[in-house]
Amino acid sequence: MNRLIRIASGQGFWGDRLDAPIDQVRRGPIDYLVLDYLAEVTMSILQKQRSRNPAEGYARDFVPLMEEILPDLVERNIRVLANAGGVNIAAARDGVLAAARARGLHGRVRVAAVFGDDILDRLPELIARGHELRNMDTGEPLAAVLDRVVSANAYIGAGPMLEALRRGAHIVVTGRSTDTALTYAPMMHAFGWPADAWDHLAAGVVAGHINECGAQATGGNFLGDWQHVPDLADVGFPIIEAHSDGSFVVTKHEGTGGRVSVATVTEQLVYEMGDPREYITPDVIADFTTIRLAQEGPDRVRVSGVRGRPRTDRLKVSIAYRAGWKAVGTLVYAWPDAVEKARAADRILRERLDRLGLRFDEIRTEFVGWNATHGPLAGPPPADLAEVQLRVAVRGQDRAAVERFGREIAPLILTGPPSVTGFAGGRPRPEEIVAYWPALIDRREIEPNLRVEVTEA
Amino acid sequence: MSATVQLLRLAHARSGDKGDTVNVGVIARRPEWYPLLVEALTVDRVKRHFGELVRGPVERFELPNLNALNFLLHEALDGGGTVSLMTDAQGKTFSTAMLRMRIEVPDDVAREVSA
Repeated sequence: MNRLIRIASGQGFWGDRLDAPIDQVRRGPIDYLVLDYLAEVTMSILQKQRSRNPAEGYARDFVPLMEEILPDLVERNIRVLANAGGVNIAAARDGVLAAARARGLHGRVRVAAVFGDDILDRLPELIARGHELRNMDTGEPLAAVLDRVVSANAYIGAGPMLEALRRGAHIVVTGRSTDTALTYAPMMHAFGWPADAWDHLAAGVVAGHINECGAQATGGNFLGDWQHVPDLADVGFPIIEAHSDGSFVVTKHEGTGGRVSVATVTEQLVYEMGDPREYITPDVIADFTTIRLAQEGPDRVRVSGVRGRPRTDRLKVSIAYRAGWKAVGTLVYAWPDAVEKARAADRILRERLDRLGLRFDEIRTEFVGWNATHGPLAGPPPADLAEVQLRVAVRGQDRAAVERFGREIAPLILTGPPSVTGFAGGRPRPEEIVAYWPALIDRREIEPNLRVEVTEA
Repeated sequence: MSATVQLLRLAHARSGDKGDTVNVGVIARRPEWYPLLVEALTVDRVKRHFGELVRGPVERFELPNLNALNFLLHEALDGGGTVSLMTDAQGKTFSTAMLRMRIEVPDDVAREVSA
């Protein structure tokens, strides 16, 4: 048996093209639609939203999307996996159920919700029992910031999604499941791969990595020969044609824009990569140095040869905590001597902040149009630069000081160097910094608590 | 005989972030140019190239199967994520910053890329 299933990526992050998942469903054949809504900081944003309004805390775009495409999904038997649940999985699930009823699909849609990744309320107990949840980057134990923690979620793998699919769910809503598991859970389900089929699972991880950033695999943000990528306005998102032997083809719907080539897929493969021999997920460790790519036709790249190793006994935990305040102010200076004027304004601003006695953890100045992205590698400013944007940012623990900084930007227009404009956005407002705290935890603390509920509309 | 060319002519790249670390994947535009990248883009050379932009160490991993090298540039994002005050807090443009580098290549390769 070498059956084929098509797993389509519909969203690379929360805020990606709204039409992409609709196109994936309507412009060609697919079996599964996977939607990745969660970046590292998204959970903390959702937690903030939920604390203001208990009905929120999930990726809100997801419910109207489901309302739009549910009749197509039912008619063509397409199943959806989405980590849209954020920190309010039940609300996302209930939204989908209501959408199904609103479209007259009573009794025809089963929605699964996966619970148990959220460990915010368990942190004191876990720490008391000796789980230090040390920051993977700094080594510091979580106790140091525990009183400022906003959200805490374990990255969970394919297990609960697999159970949901087995129980007949059409729509699977999770919280902090990994991006890649959304893609390989359908493979495990369709092909009956056991949990220790390490090479097959690793191939699924590679497929998931290609799917998880949407059009970044199909010509979007592609540097190679970017000028020649066709029709990005109508860019097609990636589709994985998966086979039971673990090989797969990356493609996109016929008639869509963009490009699938060895080069576009390779750029996505190296994106956010660490040690390529050890791509660690909850279900397997994939070795990216074993991937074989071949162009087998226009917009078709075959992927094979992927090897994997047994999973580890720990899961990653994504923790967010409040870490002070920041604000960014900008002004635009015009020719002549644009950079010199902007530099003078920066000196004046810093002197005023100093005289006010304001103290910050950092003040950072960039000159957009000259050195904001490449820093010293940009070389000296071009002699005749037409304009430059002065961008000054501050960070500190004292909200009042950050707020006061915001009041010092506009005065520079009448009290500093000339030919300045671009203050239409108003006074910079202090923004609370919610920082990321990655940690590891014994998977036995998490997995017994995972729970799948399947509800019929 | 050898000549100097800008890395952009030999390779394309994509970069991203993981906390305060940037990863830059550098991909040879032709398989036969991959060995040139392996030879020229040493950890020391890359660390020197970025100078004050990268405060921590540089790590390099080889992916001959993809004709690519992956670099980890530690302590390069002003704390990273939401803490960073940089315009490019996600390190998206370190890819092209890397490709500004000029490297020595044989004359015939230099002629080919400038043709």
